[in-house]
Amino acid sequence: MSVEVQAAIAANRFGLGARPGDLDVIAADPRGWLRAQLKAAPLLSAEGLQSTEQILRGAEPIQRQQREARRARADSNDAAAVTALAMRLPQYLRPIYLDDSRARLRAALESERPFAERLVHFWSNHFAVSVDKLAVLGIAGSFEREAIRPHVMGHFHDLLLAVETHPAMLLYLDNQQSVGPDSLVGQRAADRGRNVGLNENLAREILELHTLGVDGGYTQADVTGFAKVLTGWSIGGGQGRLARGEVGTFVFRPEVHEPGAQTILRRRYAEADQAQGLAVLADLAGAAPTARHIATKLARHFIADDPSAADVQRIAHVFERTGGDLPAVYAALIDSPQAWDGSSPKFKTPQDYVLSLSRGLAVAPESEMRGIAAFDLLGQRPFAPGSPAGWPDRSSDWDGASALMKRIELSDSVAQKLGDRRNAMQLAPQLLGGTLTAATRESVARAASPAQALALLFTAPEFLRR
Amino acid sequence: MSSTHSRRRFVQLGLAAGGGALCARYAFAAPAASDARFVFIILRGALDGLSAVPPYADPDYARLREELAIAAPGSANGALALDGRFGLNPALSFVHEAYAAREALVFHAVASPYRERSHFDGQDVLESGLPAPHATQIGWLNRAVAGLPAGAVHGAELGVALGQNVPLVLRGPAPIASWSPSKLPDIDEDTLQRIADRYASDPVLAQRLAEALATDRMAESTPMDAAAAPAPMAMSATTMATAGAPPPGAARYIETVQTAARFLRREDGPAVAVFDTTGWDTHFNEGGAQGQLTQRLGALDAALRAFKESLGATWSRTTVLIATEFGRTAAANGTRGTDHGTGAAAWLLGGAVQGGRVIADWPGLSARALYEGRDLKPTLDLRSVIKTVLRDHLKISPRTLDADVFPGNGQPYLSDLIRA
Repeated sequence: MSVEVQAAIAANRFGLGARPGDLDVIAADPRGWLRAQLKAAPLLSAEGLQSTEQILRGAEPIQRQQREARRARADSNDAAAVTALAMRLPQYLRPIYLDDSRARLRAALESERPFAERLVHFWSNHFAVSVDKLAVLGIAGSFEREAIRPHVMGHFHDLLLAVETHPAMLLYLDNQQSVGPDSLVGQRAADRGRNVGLNENLAREILELHTLGVDGGYTQADVTGFAKVLTGWSIGGGQGRLARGEVGTFVFRPEVHEPGAQTILRRRYAEADQAQGLAVLADLAGAAPTARHIATKLARHFIADDPSAADVQRIAHVFERTGGDLPAVYAALIDSPQAWDGSSPKFKTPQDYVLSLSRGLAVAPESEMRGIAAFDLLGQRPFAPGSPAGWPDRSSDWDGASALMKRIELSDSVAQKLGDRRNAMQLAPQLLGGTLTAATRESVARAASPAQALALLFTAPEFLRR
Repeated sequence: MSSTHSRRRFVQLGLAAGGGALCARYAFAAPAASDARFVFIILRGALDGLSAVPPYADPDYARLREELAIAAPGSANGALALDGRFGLNPALSFVHEAYAAREALVFHAVASPYRERSHFDGQDVLESGLPAPHATQIGWLNRAVAGLPAGAVHGAELGVALGQNVPLVLRGPAPIASWSPSKLPDIDEDTLQRIADRYASDPVLAQRLAEALATDRMAESTPMDAAAAPAPMAMSATTMATAGAPPPGAARYIETVQTAARFLRREDGPAVAVFDTTGWDTHFNEGGAQGQLTQRLGALDAALRAFKESLGATWSRTTVLIATEFGRTAAANGTRGTDHGTGAAAWLLGGAVQGGRVIADWPGLSARALYEGRDLKPTLDLRSVIKTVLRDHLKISPRTLDADVFPGNGQPYLSDLIRA
């Protein structure tokens, strides 16, 4: 395979899409260009962005007012005032969401390490939280900055721990409210005839989605036991006797933690308090089904919709042998011959498509808002997957007829705006390199206008796939 | 759909899309008996059947459900009465009217063959129709429409997915369109023609483009029957009068079902449609008769009402199946919600439905009766409902159903679901 093809695959399949000039640099050593990106955490400059703690602290007064209004509502029928108050939280959180979405888009457009940036997106999607839930609206972006980015080039165990103790995940999967039935708070409530107790959402999704995978061998009893283990994993704040910790940060609440040993996947965990959950997470991070689950998802993202058993096994083996050393796992991905032989193209997700198109056109930062709108139009609003499973990752999930027509309409509309300032004939080899087909070159060359030429380039089969 | 879409009519599809077949596809067939329409509404996230169809007469219901329990009919915020045992969530006023008009069947303690509690595997089984998850990439509805009888009246696209992409239940070799509202400007015919030419050597893209063009043509050229089809996003006077202001979240659903109705009303429209909804995963703060879940059910109910209105006369030959991947725990959890369960509720609605009954072999909610001590025990296989509808409504042969659509499923067919 020619080095021109390899450079295009490194930039487009592993990265976020070539910019003019990129392929010349990458062609010197495509695999080396990828490996060089695995050395440092792809942090995002927090300039102008707030931490989760700051964001949730800012929400506190609004939430307090809402609580007070709810209490007062018994003797007030002012529905308009109640509604106006209810709107204040989204009004406060939405600009923060947009700031973070813009920053994420800017990072993706400007990154010199697009493979590392794609890995951030991969893990953010693996550990999905969604702004469909109001509680997460302001902090999905800070979750990615704080829990994902620092650990993408580290060990899986550290990444897992950062995620499961982050307020965004605890809120998204409802763990902050889960109470051990035999805990102090559980017993006190039971004495008063009130039902407070377990919520098994986080425990189940950690097992099913974050670590072992759905075929990882756990049972309903394991889910329930793990939910008990995780009681007390919560967020600071609270009132009266429940006040504990700092608002907007992780806190362990012993008074809601279910006491006693729990058995999970045939192992008995007798540790007290938070140590119990830490022990379970450590075992889950090192379990063989977790290695296979992560290897399968990475291989599906970078190699093929249905990756070969041999590739999955090889990558899982590296995961296990290195104790979840993620750069070593990524290196094993790069070593897959199938990823490079063009036999299993991946249909771009809407996010892939918009990012590669924007990088190819080198659009200016002022069009960031349009970029975010484009994700929305194509069906992939930032930080808004429909479920904790994250966005799906097979071609058939994205290549619907209506989805294709929207990409065609979007590229045409972009081409109408930029047609006189970009030369599609020059761009085609710069963006697609060795993967540019004669058919597309001819179609672009015979276009009736510069704008039409651009539209034909960005709707070409080899540009719709990576 | 803007008028400029009509320019797309003249784009010639490349060889990979089947050449000139597209013109022949829209030749009108003579109206026959089997011009039935079938719609599947998927409630993703596991709808709480015990709140949607409260079994208020069950002696254990109120105890298990605590503040989530829906009270008996006649009480404040009580259920809408069905048969003395079960009621409907107070938000489901249209479904209740349809029940009274004998156009709705309510199923309870129903489930797919899936018995674990993963949403994603549960949805896979619900859509694939096979007992184990991830067994196929072809959905049961795609396999079913491939077996539509020769005399069936429908267009070249046998089904339409109301979204940008096609969900598993409709995926497969039978041609399926997808539709979603577009805010993007139209593209000129010449550019589109060149794109079509470029896709001629790419079978997948050629097929998708052909489907998109066919759907656009259909959406744009459907005659607007003023009585039957309210303008998108507008609710008719009757809807407003009966339902009051549409509940939050309803507008998007209504736009989608109104477009679906435009497709389904056409003789050369698709025989089946699938409409996906999400947000039914109520672990926390689910609420009782006035809570979050009730609000979502209200949006669904408003969409169903708008759908019937938009379908006009076509409603009489339509069956709508509403189902979810599994139910939720019988008891409320510790955070005023419910966790993943097993037995669920489902509905059949439409003018073709022989309605007015609750079909439930009720296992009860006593500790001993619960599945694995926590969930409503399923006593009816959802595939029995589906295959009966496919046989009696879409007139698909039992041989096709038993061999291809639900192979190896020994569960019996039901009777009297569809009007003769």
